[in-house]
Amino acid sequence: MSDLQLLLAISLVMPLLSALAVLVFSNQKNIRDICGPVGGLIAFTSAIFIASAIMDGKTVSITLWQIAPGIDLSFAVTPLGALFGLVASGLWILASIYTVGYMRGAKEKNQTRFAFYYAVAIHAAMAISYSGNLMMLFIFYEVLTFSTYPLVAHSQTKEARNAGRLYMGILVATSLLLFLPAIFWVWTVSGTLEFTKGGILPADFPPFLVSVMLAMFAFGIGKAALMPIHRWLPAAMVAPTPVSALLHAVAVVKAGVFSVLTITVYIFGIDFLNTTGSAVWLAWLAAFTILASSIIAITKDDLKARLAYSTISQLSYIVLGAALATAAATEGAALHIVMHATAKITLFFCAGAIYVNAHIKKISELDGLGPKLPLIFIAFFLASLSIIGIPPMGGSWSKFLLMAGSVDAGMPLMLAVLAISSLLNVYYLLEPCARAFFKPAIKEVHVENHILTIIPPVVTAMISLFLFFTIDWVRPLTTLMVMP
Amino acid sequence: MLILDNIPALLVAIPLLASAVVSLIPSARIAWGIAFVTTLICLYMAFELVGIISSTQALSYAFGGWEPPWGIVFVLDSANVYLVLLVAFVSVIATLYAYTMLAREIAVEDLPKAYAVWLLAIASLFGLAMTGDAFNLFVFLEISALSSITLIALGAGQDRRALLAAYNYLIIGAIGATFYVIGVGYLYAATGSLNLIDITDRLNELGTNQAAITGLAFMLAGIMVKAGVFPVHIWLPAAYSYAPSAVSSLLAAVATKVAIYYFARLLFGIFIDITQLVDFFLLYILMPVSVLAIFYGTIAAIYQSDFKRLFALSSIAQIGYITFAFSLNSHSGILAGFIHIINHALIKGALFMAVGIFALGIGSRATMSSMQGVGRQMPITFAGFVLAGLALIGVPLTAGFISKLYLFKAIFETGNGFYVALIALSSVLSVLYLWKIFEVMWLKEPVQPQKIDKEPASAYLPVWLMVTVIMTFGVYSGDVISSGIGAANALIGAR
Repeated sequence: MSDLQLLLAISLVMPLLSALAVLVFSNQKNIRDICGPVGGLIAFTSAIFIASAIMDGKTVSITLWQIAPGIDLSFAVTPLGALFGLVASGLWILASIYTVGYMRGAKEKNQTRFAFYYAVAIHAAMAISYSGNLMMLFIFYEVLTFSTYPLVAHSQTKEARNAGRLYMGILVATSLLLFLPAIFWVWTVSGTLEFTKGGILPADFPPFLVSVMLAMFAFGIGKAALMPIHRWLPAAMVAPTPVSALLHAVAVVKAGVFSVLTITVYIFGIDFLNTTGSAVWLAWLAAFTILASSIIAITKDDLKARLAYSTISQLSYIVLGAALATAAATEGAALHIVMHATAKITLFFCAGAIYVNAHIKKISELDGLGPKLPLIFIAFFLASLSIIGIPPMGGSWSKFLLMAGSVDAGMPLMLAVLAISSLLNVYYLLEPCARAFFKPAIKEVHVENHILTIIPPVVTAMISLFLFFTIDWVRPLTTLMVMP
Repeated sequence: MLILDNIPALLVAIPLLASAVVSLIPSARIAWGIAFVTTLICLYMAFELVGIISSTQALSYAFGGWEPPWGIVFVLDSANVYLVLLVAFVSVIATLYAYTMLAREIAVEDLPKAYAVWLLAIASLFGLAMTGDAFNLFVFLEISALSSITLIALGAGQDRRALLAAYNYLIIGAIGATFYVIGVGYLYAATGSLNLIDITDRLNELGTNQAAITGLAFMLAGIMVKAGVFPVHIWLPAAYSYAPSAVSSLLAAVATKVAIYYFARLLFGIFIDITQLVDFFLLYILMPVSVLAIFYGTIAAIYQSDFKRLFALSSIAQIGYITFAFSLNSHSGILAGFIHIINHALIKGALFMAVGIFALGIGSRATMSSMQGVGRQMPITFAGFVLAGLALIGVPLTAGFISKLYLFKAIFETGNGFYVALIALSSVLSVLYLWKIFEVMWLKEPVQPQKIDKEPASAYLPVWLMVTVIMTFGVYSGDVISSGIGAANALIGAR
């Protein structure tokens, strides 16, 4: 086993070890709660080494064995996977620190069970990023669904259970009804499921069937929250905020769009999609989702619900990039995974921090809160700018590339869609900050200061800012992804 | 060598003889011991047969030196040798399981006789799997039916409804057998032969023959009853739910599978000359019937609260998947069907065994209300049960996934999107009843602190042996797939 394989194994196993450690130390709260950050740190370090090896043009893979002809149990890092692995493990460090502050501050029950499934979910996300083929990706996609169910239904109230049922129902049903049959289909026509640059479908595969297959993937991967398969995401917001932050802004939903992007790049091949024009319909559907969910977001007064609809909208940016299937657009989509993840996790961290420290959930009650929680609202503001796509925030790069990609793809109307979406973002994301800083307080609010809930959003907001200047650190990965 | 040369005959003769011996023995333990050793010997011989077939492709064993087509002949090729192995393996495990379970479910003085009938049933299954003679098959069919009925009726000690179930099986099974034997009569009238290979040759000379076609129709109808194919499955749910657990797991695992194998052999191996008619039957009769079976079995299982009955209904659906695969009339279809015959036998066997242990633990029938929280009280059995359940859904890394993979491959090769949608939909529905069970057994609190017997290791060990094989076949599927390819090659030629 080479050093790189060892690193790959470490980054995959570390979250699982951390989950086991959580169970072992369930009675010593402080040791238990350090397991997550330590595991995250080790996994993230390995992920950095793996990513830099990939940038140097090396390949990293582990093949365990073959379960059926053309279907291996194997991990192989693609440039896109290396990027997603960085995002998932890096943000896990901060999220697990934040979790401690939040769960203790909100005095949630069953913290051990929560920490356990949290780590298992991250394991699934890491395994998804480093999957070598579609089968592995599917297996861990399902592991992710099942491991997040106890987190969504965590409070065990009737509302939480019903939300959990809807969550599982939609995600499992779509994956079994469409995703898995689509995988079988690919296997039947190609005899393999390996992620390969340029795709694996036979060149004479009819364009109409390509569209059908793409639809099976796009709707079968419910985690990408493409309309009309998006209802589970707002429902999942009953979960404690750390779940919404890491899982429903980063790991789970990004696993969804990551899968869509991986499939368009490594199963269909972007040139193949581009020449057959089979993905044009998907671009329009993504555009519709972007605008429709932004409009719904405006109507939501509950902060987490608004952020949830904003997430649905932003996820479709990535689906749009995949569907446009040009080099610039897919690069933009891949970078948007990073940019949106850092910005959206900040927003959720802030929402949770506002709840824990001031016990407020509604936007209309935020008036005058700014001066009392200044760091949180500044972080919120910066992250909002990143999502809107204003320099000097990281989000401006991905939006720029997506716009360039729409022109390349000969769909300049998408420019208008992206521009309108930015305007809507301005409207619904800046409102909370505007209220907090410029409106007088209506009532006296008692504010606590749980430091562990305040530091993580500030750090992630700084990362968002930082990514604008250090885009060249991650860009090589996306360039490698689209290189012929 | 004398023994090696006569394995096909010995596979039937040894359990038959052992059955006679066991019936005379007063001690239940010794009776069980003889039965268990017998099944082990059969397993050894089955492995030998697999070795022989993998080197010689086919084997024809003529009884008493009477060469076919005059004498009775056992035919072994790659289509049925793995079935023989499957029957042998499941009998070993089920006999092991019976040691604890049968003793608790029926009266001690009945045990030796029960094991005698048990061995008789196993002998008849071997005979059914190997015989190459149409009338001899009828004989084994009757032995199998009568011994199964006796075994099912033994459930009366637990629940009197077992008697009614056995009686129903007796009547419906007899009607099926009558259909079959009438068919054999027609065929004999048309060809003058009972040897299946000989019949094929003669039919080829005769060309299309009305009597032969009628005969085929009757034979197929008769076999469908035995195989539990919808809508002539009506004996099956009650029979499996009221039989003693050990009996349910043996019968549910292999009894219907042997009939399904013979059904496939009749369809694809014998009536080559009337292909058009077979095509018609597959497309316009078997396929719709299979789809109905899948949806009826699955939906009925969702609304069923008695566990054993639920899994019996699920068997109807699973048999539907197998016949659906056959009805695609392609190499991949037969391959998928044969893979699922093996996988489903193992999965359903394990599930019935586990349910039996649960029922014994709480001392009453396993239902949605009596099983609340039992999973937490019997965790070892429950863990095996969950894995087998995942395999039933077709979760990756279990044997069920390999079945699903090849079934979908066969469907995609037809290019018909409607079939894809139907099968995908049914697989989502099957998740529902298993989730329901999981919710009841694991997520709900136990009703009241009821006294639960400890799970006996001798009962959950067989479950875990089955589960181990199921999981192994999920990650190491090469042998199962090549057995399926062998079967498909033997039945409709290599492609």
